[in-house]
Amino acid sequence: MSDAPVDANSTCVGPKSEQAGKASSCEGCPSQLLCASGEGRKEDPAVNQIKDAMRIVKHKFLVLSGKGGVGKSTFSSQLALALSLNDKIISKARQGQAAMDEDEDEDMNVTQVGVLDIDLCGPSIPRMFGLESQQLHQSNLGWSPAYYKDNLAVVSIGFMLPNADDPVIWRGPKKNGLIKQFLRDVYWGDSLDYLVIDTPPGTSDEHITVVQYLREADLDGAIVITTPQDVSCADVRRELSFCKKVNIPVIGVVENMSGFVCPNCKNETKIFKPSKSGGGEKLAEQFGVPFLGRIPLDPRVMNACENGKSIIEEMPDSPASQALLEIVQKVKNQTNHLHQNKTF
Amino acid sequence: MSDQVQSKLLKRMSTIKHKILVLSGKGGVGKSTVSTQLAFSLALSRKDIRVGILDVDICGPSIPKMLGIDKNEVFTCTEGWVPVKVKLSGDDDDNRLCCMSIGFLLQSEDDAVVWRGPKKHSMIQQFLEDTYWGDLDALIIDTPPGTSDEHITLAEILKESKPDGAIIVTTPQGVSLADVRKEINFCNKLGIPVLGVVENMSGFACPCCNEITNIFSSGGGRKLAEQFNIDFLGQIPIDPQLASCEDEGKNFLQSFPESASAKELENITNKIKKRITLL
Ligand SMILES: Nc1ncnc2c1ncn2[C@@H]1O[C@H](COP(=O)(O)OP(=O)(O)OP(=O)(O)O)[C@@H](O)[C@H]1O
Ligand SMILES: Nc1ncnc2c1ncn2[C@@H]1O[C@H](COP(=O)(O)OP(=O)(O)O)[C@@H](O)[C@H]1O
Ligand SMILES: [Mg+2]
Ligand SMILES: [Mg+2]
Ligand SMILES: [Zn+2]
Repeated sequence: MSDAPVDANSTCVGPKSEQAGKASSCEGCPSQLLCASGEGRKEDPAVNQIKDAMRIVKHKFLVLSGKGGVGKSTFSSQLALALSLNDKIISKARQGQAAMDEDEDEDMNVTQVGVLDIDLCGPSIPRMFGLESQQLHQSNLGWSPAYYKDNLAVVSIGFMLPNADDPVIWRGPKKNGLIKQFLRDVYWGDSLDYLVIDTPPGTSDEHITVVQYLREADLDGAIVITTPQDVSCADVRRELSFCKKVNIPVIGVVENMSGFVCPNCKNETKIFKPSKSGGGEKLAEQFGVPFLGRIPLDPRVMNACENGKSIIEEMPDSPASQALLEIVQKVKNQTNHLHQNKTF
Repeated sequence: MSDQVQSKLLKRMSTIKHKILVLSGKGGVGKSTVSTQLAFSLALSRKDIRVGILDVDICGPSIPKMLGIDKNEVFTCTEGWVPVKVKLSGDDDDNRLCCMSIGFLLQSEDDAVVWRGPKKHSMIQQFLEDTYWGDLDALIIDTPPGTSDEHITLAEILKESKPDGAIIVTTPQGVSLADVRKEINFCNKLGIPVLGVVENMSGFACPCCNEITNIFSSGGGRKLAEQFNIDFLGQIPIDPQLASCEDEGKNFLQSFPESASAKELENITNKIKKRITLL
């Protein structure tokens, strides 16, 4: 891979090149002056610091979508909650049964999970874990996250605002600075099995920054969320092109809000249906990436999220929970597989 | 901003009577839907009204698709970029609704626009400076979610030419309202008047038994408006026909004029017209 920045023009010679800032393709590029000064040839020290900080994390996922409101934060939080449950609860849930108290105290290997919210202007993660009133604390080891439970740690800008309604009116560079700090300075504990990173919609500063730092740090890949309709699929196609362009593996595509079952007559309506695109599955096929599954539109999903609850624990027998269990299993398989390929 | 740029902008904006921003802290709540439908609705409400839509969602432009003009290209004339025209059925020519979006400038519709803030800033500035709208009664500006580069840029650039204000779109549930409260405070901080709140996707009527389910709950938008003491403009239900029309680039208001959502959209448009005194 060239050393060109993630957001460079296709003709970029790369900031380390002798031609940096002088090549004809540099004309009009916002970084031209910086590159010409030789500044670009210096390594951003944060890249290595972050690589170091991320050593303690076994698996790292980005949850992405070009479109807003498709359920990235919902999926991120439900995925993290699911990953944090022990095997016994999961296998019961697969049979549609709720866990008993004794299942929770089971002395088993505990999976350590972290959630990092880099949606700085619209952080939903604190609310989706019911942690709105929490604050981040500074210690000599770094920033300590808020804890949903012992094995589930959460970091979000939402924990840093004096007032929940304060807007974060920041341009890119300031956002990039905070994301860098989140990746480098958070003390997640001795080790994490999974870090789930929730992102804002789009392909801009937050995405460029997180990819630039993590592509050196063994990122497992991205899970891309879409809803079935064409408008959303169109944006998600752009997101998949982005992943391809910056060379991050796509773990798979999840289609959210597929079909609504009327609680009264049990009839299913496809509220958001694809007209031409064929929805998430077709999209995955076209880009040659795995399709992970569909989660139906279910008011109970929304309620669980508003109240910081895991749908798998709360209503294991619902179609949404069963779909999620399937998806989580695929994600686990995929990433174990990825990791084996990487290490051996 | 240099004086030269500023005066060019002021001149450009001087041919536009009303400038309305459509904002929301949250994504996927229906900003582009409200922008498109409001534009249609304004243009349909009277034969002599000309409306433009400017799509500043640089990374996720949906307006061209929703207007059914996503295969079009933008041409330049001596006056600048010529926005793409949309023909309304019943009109003889296509001179009453037009649109400018980055979507028209991309080589392929799958192209990801991977840009940091400064590049987005220049693009938006160029859109405002160089688009040749001609005389417009209203320009509706559709935005991406958030309170970042695009929004700060718009607020800065439009300051001198005094936009009428912003329509805030939300869905009824708490996660959405939380982000939207931030957006209203953003408007207050930057001195953008708020024209009112639209609650979108409230309630779904089952086509089979007509039972209404509030999938994303209901009433949150009205409460929000009360809390901030701003106008509540209306409540649009979840309507699969609306979603399909937008996917296919069909004119929803002309296709399903009798539907509950079309009627509510018309109400909302009337309130906005009153508010900005476009009568
Ligand atoms: N399958 C589902 N059934 C019902 N409600 C859902 C479902 N998935 C998501 N929701 C609800 O839809 C809303 C939007 O979801 P969410 O906030 O996760 O989207 P997002 O992609 O993170 O949005 P943004 O781009 O603004 O960050 C939330 O209120 C959530 O509870
Ligand atoms: N009231 C509604 N009923 C049904 N579908 C809707 C409604 N409002 C919006 N949609 C659909 O939801 C999706 C997201 O809306 P969009 O306007 O693109 O949101 P935003 O611009 O805020 O991201 C679109 O596919 C749109 O057609
Ligand atoms: Mg989110
Ligand atoms: Mg939009
Ligand atoms: Zn029904």
